[in-house]
Amino acid sequence: MNRIDQLFQNKGKDILSIYFPAGYPNLNDTVPNLQLLQDKGVDLVEIGIPFSDPLADGPVIQIAAKQSLDQGMSLKLLFQQLKEVRSTITIPLILMGYWNVVFKYGVDTFLLDCQSCGIDGVILPDLPLEEYEEEFKAKFEAHGVYNILLVTPQTTNQRLAKIEKATKGFLYMVSSSATTGGALEQSSEREDYFKKVASLDIPSLIGFGIHDKASFRHASGFSNGAIIGTAFIKALAGGTASEFIDSLL
Amino acid sequence: MMSKNKYAVNGRGYYGRFGGAYIPELLRANVDELRENYLKIINSEQFQKDYKRLLDNYVGRPTPLTKVENLSKRYGTNIYLKREDLTHTGAHKINNTIGQILIAKYMGKTRIIAETGAGQHGVATATVCALFGLECIVYMGALDIERQAPNVARMKMLGAKVVPAISGNQTLKDATNEAIRDWIANPNSFYLIGSVVGPHPYPDMVTRLQSIISEEIREQLTKETGNPNPDYVIACVGGGSNAAGAFYHYLDEEDVKLVAVEASGLGVGSGETAATITIGDVGFIHGSKTMLMQDEDGQITEPYSISAGLDYPGVGPLHAHLAETGRAQFLSVTDREALDAAMVLARSEGIIPALESAHALAALEQMTFDKDDVVVVNLSGRGDKDMETYMKNI
Repeated sequence: MNRIDQLFQNKGKDILSIYFPAGYPNLNDTVPNLQLLQDKGVDLVEIGIPFSDPLADGPVIQIAAKQSLDQGMSLKLLFQQLKEVRSTITIPLILMGYWNVVFKYGVDTFLLDCQSCGIDGVILPDLPLEEYEEEFKAKFEAHGVYNILLVTPQTTNQRLAKIEKATKGFLYMVSSSATTGGALEQSSEREDYFKKVASLDIPSLIGFGIHDKASFRHASGFSNGAIIGTAFIKALAGGTASEFIDSLL
Repeated sequence: MMSKNKYAVNGRGYYGRFGGAYIPELLRANVDELRENYLKIINSEQFQKDYKRLLDNYVGRPTPLTKVENLSKRYGTNIYLKREDLTHTGAHKINNTIGQILIAKYMGKTRIIAETGAGQHGVATATVCALFGLECIVYMGALDIERQAPNVARMKMLGAKVVPAISGNQTLKDATNEAIRDWIANPNSFYLIGSVVGPHPYPDMVTRLQSIISEEIREQLTKETGNPNPDYVIACVGGGSNAAGAFYHYLDEEDVKLVAVEASGLGVGSGETAATITIGDVGFIHGSKTMLMQDEDGQITEPYSISAGLDYPGVGPLHAHLAETGRAQFLSVTDREALDAAMVLARSEGIIPALESAHALAALEQMTFDKDDVVVVNLSGRGDKDMETYMKNI
């Protein structure tokens, strides 16, 4: 069974997922970061594949990605770093990145490497659903790699139904119309959206704007848990990653 | 508008294998709203009436098609310049901004976002926003803001807010990223893209709005020579909007040779270039599958050209398709060759071209013509904005 499904089966609520870019803050920190997060009780980790032009991300993630790229990070190096990761890391792992990098690497090679490193799923925000289903879905499924899809408050009901059917593992529920690193607005409109998505037949995690215990608790109240990226990157940069995770749980 | 077959965009926004809408879900609703409305609006009688009236009386269309006798003699053929340099604001960019601002108005949008490199599209956007009384936010790389001070001043005088893009290398690519992020955060705004790039429907929409250029060339050539078709149409390509407009009505006229000229900067092998088709490969940038300049890890590389309007690391998907099918021939011209061509035009015809357009002119040096050939060069803009560069380099 895919580790993501296992997680949602064993622990239905308060799931904490953490995002950080590969090779950050230092080039060889990828696996040590994973170890720290697992030891601290984080349930799921999204490893960012750094990209020069991350459209869906705010300035903190872009600057972190640039630092990592400047240090020599690449998708190829990431797979080298993750080669033995499953000897120590047992929590589900997801790669999150932009389509150009994956396409340039070669989709077949990418999926093979995901499978051999024990990557459970991927989030590729700018790969359109239609293109995915027509050209790539069969390949992803053959390698057991889950393609996790995003929904936003602007996603129409018709599209939501399509995405619900197509996503694997869980739905990434974007909290608001903003790039990563903004604040989490709390409004009845927002809550209605959370409830609508949460009522679907697939688990969901809320991301974008979750930055501390209060916003994590708030988001978890409407879904199976939440995703924190920007706030964790700031903690990594400030050398307080361990304390930051403690403060959430 | 006439319908195109082989080179037309399909229902999902593809030209051959290029194009599409590779955008995060965060942008989907915004792009879908535009896609569902743009053709309906453009094809409406009201739009056509308003657009035509503004093009005639505000932009100053039709622009002349000038037969340049001295240049014709120099190359032993018949050379005509399509004079986009004579439009209001000094470049073809205004054809597109006038059209998109009307579309924005019909869609009920009151806040306009734009990106700009050299500032030409920013000025053209600020101009139409002033005309229509709409809020205007222009993203511009912090480095470009420094380099293009006169255009920044023009935008400010026109009432636009110029926001520096401080991410990445602080040039056009980063300004585009910032504009897209603004659009994600403000889905009720209208994102007014300046070239035939971005997710579907932008490449098609901007191409249609620029197609007035080839529409006029056909009429003007018919009067001049009795034949709407020239032997060659030559235009420079950065993102490719002036070329798309100059080529559009000739795409299916296979006897008309289309020549697209890229900026090779210091030379295609120098590492300091913007010749995307020549050195790039297939990838995804700003929502479009197209040719682009990238490193072996798929990171988008920084282009270089002396001309700020041509240093974009991608190219419109239509052009990627025209290159792949061989419908258009792609040439490249260095900084030096463009500067020399600008000097030739200034001295022989009394016209100072924009540095971008000078690239199209420089291609004449690389080609051979028959004496009966009819050659149209799209003079996409005037050189006022480039005087500092010209003075430094000539």
